[in-house]
Amino acid sequence: MEDKVRIGVYICHCGTNIAGVVDVKEVTEFTRGLPSVVMAKDYIYMCSDPGQNMIKDDIKELGLSRVVVASCSPRMHERTFRQACQEAGLNPYLFDMANIREQDSWVTEDHSAATTKAKALVSAAVRRVSRQESLEVKEVPVSSSVLIVGGGIAGVQAALEIGNSEHKVYLVEREPSIGGHMAQFDKTFPTLDCASCIFTPLLSAVGHHSYIELLTHSEVEEVSGYIGNYKVKIRKRARYVDESKCTGCGVCIEKCPWKVDSEFDEGLAKRKAIYTLFPQAVPNVPVIDTEHCVYFLKGTCRACEKFCDAKAIDFEQKDELVEVEVGGIIVATGYQAFDPSTIAWYGYGRYDNVITALQFERMCNASGPTRGKIVLKDGSEPKSVAIIHCVGSRDKNYHEYCSRVCCMYALKYSHLIKEKTSAEVYQMYIDMRCFGKGYEEFYKRLSDEGINFIRGKAGEVTDRTITEEEQGKLVVVCQDTLLGSLIRVPVDMVILCTALEARSDAEGVARLFNISRSADGFFMERHPKLDPVATMTDGTFVVGCCQGPKDIPDTVAQASAAAARVLSMISKGRIEIEAATAMIDEELCSGCKICNTLCPFNAISFEEEKEVSQINQALCKGCGTCAAACPSGAITARHFTTEQIMAEIEGVLV
Amino acid sequence: MQAVSPYREAANIIIEEGGEPLNLCYQCGLCSATCPWNLVRSFPVHMMIHEAQLGLVDFESEEVWQCVACRACVQRCPRGVEIPDIMRALRRAIVSLGIAKVPDSLRITVKNVSSVGNPLGEAAEKRADWAKDMDVSTFIEGTELLYFACCIQAYDPMIQKVARATVNILKKAQVDFGILGAKQTCCGESVRKAGMESVFQSLAQNNISVFTEAGVKTILVTSPHCYHTFTQEYPKFGGNFEVIHFSQYLARLIKDGRLKFTKELNKKVTYHDSCCLGRYAGIYDEPRQILESIPGLELVEMRDNRENSLCCGGCAGRLWMETKKGERFSDIRIEQALETGANTLAVFCPYCMLNFEDSVLTTDKAGIIEVKDIAELVQEAI
Ligand SMILES: Cc1cc2nc3c(=O)[nH]c(=O)nc-3n(C[C@H](O)[C@H](O)[C@H](O)COP(=O)(O)OP(=O)(O)OC[C@H]3O[C@@H](n4cnc5c(N)ncnc54)[C@H](O)[C@@H]3O)c2cc1C
Ligand code: SF4
Ligand code: SF4
Repeated sequence: MEDKVRIGVYICHCGTNIAGVVDVKEVTEFTRGLPSVVMAKDYIYMCSDPGQNMIKDDIKELGLSRVVVASCSPRMHERTFRQACQEAGLNPYLFDMANIREQDSWVTEDHSAATTKAKALVSAAVRRVSRQESLEVKEVPVSSSVLIVGGGIAGVQAALEIGNSEHKVYLVEREPSIGGHMAQFDKTFPTLDCASCIFTPLLSAVGHHSYIELLTHSEVEEVSGYIGNYKVKIRKRARYVDESKCTGCGVCIEKCPWKVDSEFDEGLAKRKAIYTLFPQAVPNVPVIDTEHCVYFLKGTCRACEKFCDAKAIDFEQKDELVEVEVGGIIVATGYQAFDPSTIAWYGYGRYDNVITALQFERMCNASGPTRGKIVLKDGSEPKSVAIIHCVGSRDKNYHEYCSRVCCMYALKYSHLIKEKTSAEVYQMYIDMRCFGKGYEEFYKRLSDEGINFIRGKAGEVTDRTITEEEQGKLVVVCQDTLLGSLIRVPVDMVILCTALEARSDAEGVARLFNISRSADGFFMERHPKLDPVATMTDGTFVVGCCQGPKDIPDTVAQASAAAARVLSMISKGRIEIEAATAMIDEELCSGCKICNTLCPFNAISFEEEKEVSQINQALCKGCGTCAAACPSGAITARHFTTEQIMAEIEGVLV
Repeated sequence: MQAVSPYREAANIIIEEGGEPLNLCYQCGLCSATCPWNLVRSFPVHMMIHEAQLGLVDFESEEVWQCVACRACVQRCPRGVEIPDIMRALRRAIVSLGIAKVPDSLRITVKNVSSVGNPLGEAAEKRADWAKDMDVSTFIEGTELLYFACCIQAYDPMIQKVARATVNILKKAQVDFGILGAKQTCCGESVRKAGMESVFQSLAQNNISVFTEAGVKTILVTSPHCYHTFTQEYPKFGGNFEVIHFSQYLARLIKDGRLKFTKELNKKVTYHDSCCLGRYAGIYDEPRQILESIPGLELVEMRDNRENSLCCGGCAGRLWMETKKGERFSDIRIEQALETGANTLAVFCPYCMLNFEDSVLTTDKAGIIEVKDIAELVQEAI
């Protein structure tokens, strides 16, 4: 070992968190006897300014060439102490941390064992740090364009924030129009704003924005590169309508003779084979559904083409592949509604007047299938309506989580029903969760409108009637847990508050963008509290309901947060990349390619000419998977070299 | 009403007696809404759970003995609470601490089981009498299968025919099997659900050592209750045997062509999924496959079938307790069977059979519908 290694060690008390269990004086004394240690101190709070200053001063005054702090987890304060070292002119990679809190004082009450373990951990860190090497943090330039995937309220909000700051946005939406779920609604809780009044101005702003390039009816096919420098391939599917010629007059739609169930209207109405999603669609350009267009199926018809004065119909149009370079990616692909037909006892699909919440939204919408009228299948007005909460939510048989918006939209429905009909409303709920700003007030306001609340998870919707009064009705059977008795409520209509769930293609999307998913299927944020919109892939963010169920206010807040994160990266123009990366010794690499597929960050590629593997330093996170797997020992994980790890182990054992 | 205070000691006893699933309950009431008792009288399951959570259970109440452990509620409970375990814990608390009275009929039955090894109070030596004139071999080391007839099939003169039919089928298919007779006792399934843990454990230990000494590897059972106990409960006491219910075995014999039908059975049959074979063991298809393979037989479904089947009312010790007329699930089930137009109600469980036979008689349905074990139907057609 080089004799100029001069190690300074600091043992932190962390108040009583560590010192209450570990004998810090004894550990400090022990440390003084370790090789190359020139100084060991204990202090009450190492992370405080005085604590950090102590490190800086000692580096300068005592000429320390290595520093060890024995305190909490590196996840908490590694950055703090590295910074302190750097400020005193010491390379931050010549610092190491021993975790004597989470891994020691917090996990035992045995003082003597804790002190012994603290000594072992410090001894390991001391031996390791003397073998550590200086590493240089590199910076790479950042592309100033941004990709946003999904054009619901989340994607729209983020696109406008970034576009308004005059940075290029590519907004990719799978459907023929942006809008997502919010475009289906009539009113929104808790203020009962008209959804289209507040949303369509945003949609049209996106449509006309000079910094936003809208790619609808499109999907991302491939993502490569890394933070600051992503390369993205987007497939713009053929619309069979020339966007540059179409005037949006809609005559094609009118003349098309073929009808299919409208997905946007949740199957409550029909649309044509050439269609726009809704009247205020952005862009207002129709698209031909080739699965139902008779020309595509049988080669005849072309009615739309005949009537289009602008000559915009183009049956020969082909898919287009667009390639763009972006610095950051925001994934905003939203949610889908749970299919309630799997809960057979609620009768969805069996009884006409058992409908889903989204169907009810469409029914209430003035441009929806019933022009805003709340009606039964036979066109008449319901005299009583039951709203069943938690269908597929808070239920281990389906989704264990709470969908967070159903209590509130159920209240919204009560209001709409009361406003538009004279029906009685019954809510079958487990708990009313009205936690947001203005939400409890909304609950109170709706209670005042006279709603019947029945506390219990509905057991069954049935047409097996018992009494005269039940004849011809649907009966909701429920245990009213407050009354302590079974209650049968005869109603005309039942609305099922279906859970919000991860989209069925979420797994593929996660793979495409290299993001992970939590157990519930939604995309996983980097940290639930401290980093809620970032992902484990630097430069890629998740916002809105693709990260978990949430209401519009939270969705918008997340979208703005992610926009701010992306903008801060772009405005700096460059980003630092991890220095503790892996590298391959070309001489030793046998070209077996084992590492290529193992790398979780897709950082390794194969160079055909030299027949060796290569690590992209910007993508490598230094996880070490490849180094462990390489049969030729050609890969070194910097900052985690075999020598360093062996020294650390030796330190624990002596 | 007077104010009450939580009574943690009682709550802790319930938890110690195996009631810890109660901690998970969030009081949605779905169990109470699902419970078949609703068809005849109230049974606020969730309230009992909440009382248990706070240690405020009324141990004197007859509701403690009401649950039939049918698991209809467990199947739907959003928190996956094993509700029958909580009900069993209440009973165990009564039995072990003597804090309330055990219903007389149940007490007598359990006494029979612990003294002579069967609930009917018959002599242990007579356990194999049903097979006397049938030339059935005694199980010896190396025999392929041990056929274990349940107590009811062994002793009840009305139900012995099921065990005999089983033997006839096994012989026809040339299966290498034997029986053990007097040494074995009741499996203890209902006894355990009724809260009599120590009686259950001695039954289990006896049977396990009898099987082990005889060199048993594979046990064939004709009661789903024995099936449940042998597969789910005995392993915890060291009894690890391969256990096959006759539904599975029969389906296999038919599929493999080892059993051929020679007669048509012109019957319209509906099949009742017993809780123990259905919701407990997840066996729904095999009984239907068997019935559908019988020539001439028409199979129709009742409105509550498979996972949603209605309990006969006989499990968890309720078979030995008096259920008032008008409150018997089996009466309602017979009505459901009649609604299908069937003339035969097929079962695969001795408890169901007893209850349904009784209902057919007491509700004057004899001659309109007959109750048959699937083994009997198969015997008729081969
Ligand atoms: C019945 C109901 C009523 C509600 N009412 C209210 C209310 O009154 N007030 C309120 O605050 N909240 C309400 N909500 C919640 C609200 O719907 C959500 O907060 C909001 O819609 C989330 O927006 P989003 O952009 O994250 O997702 P979405 O609206 O789902 O948008 C996602 C978009 O991404 C697109 N997309 C998906 N996958 C891809 C892909 N792979 N490539 C490209 N594009 C893709 C989709 O087509 C869609 O346009 C309600 C929810 C429900 C179910
Ligand atoms: S269904 Fe489950 S969670 Fe709901 S009250 Fe019953 S035991 Fe509790
Ligand atoms: S197991 Fe059956 S009888 Fe017991 S509470 Fe549940 S549903 Fe009711």
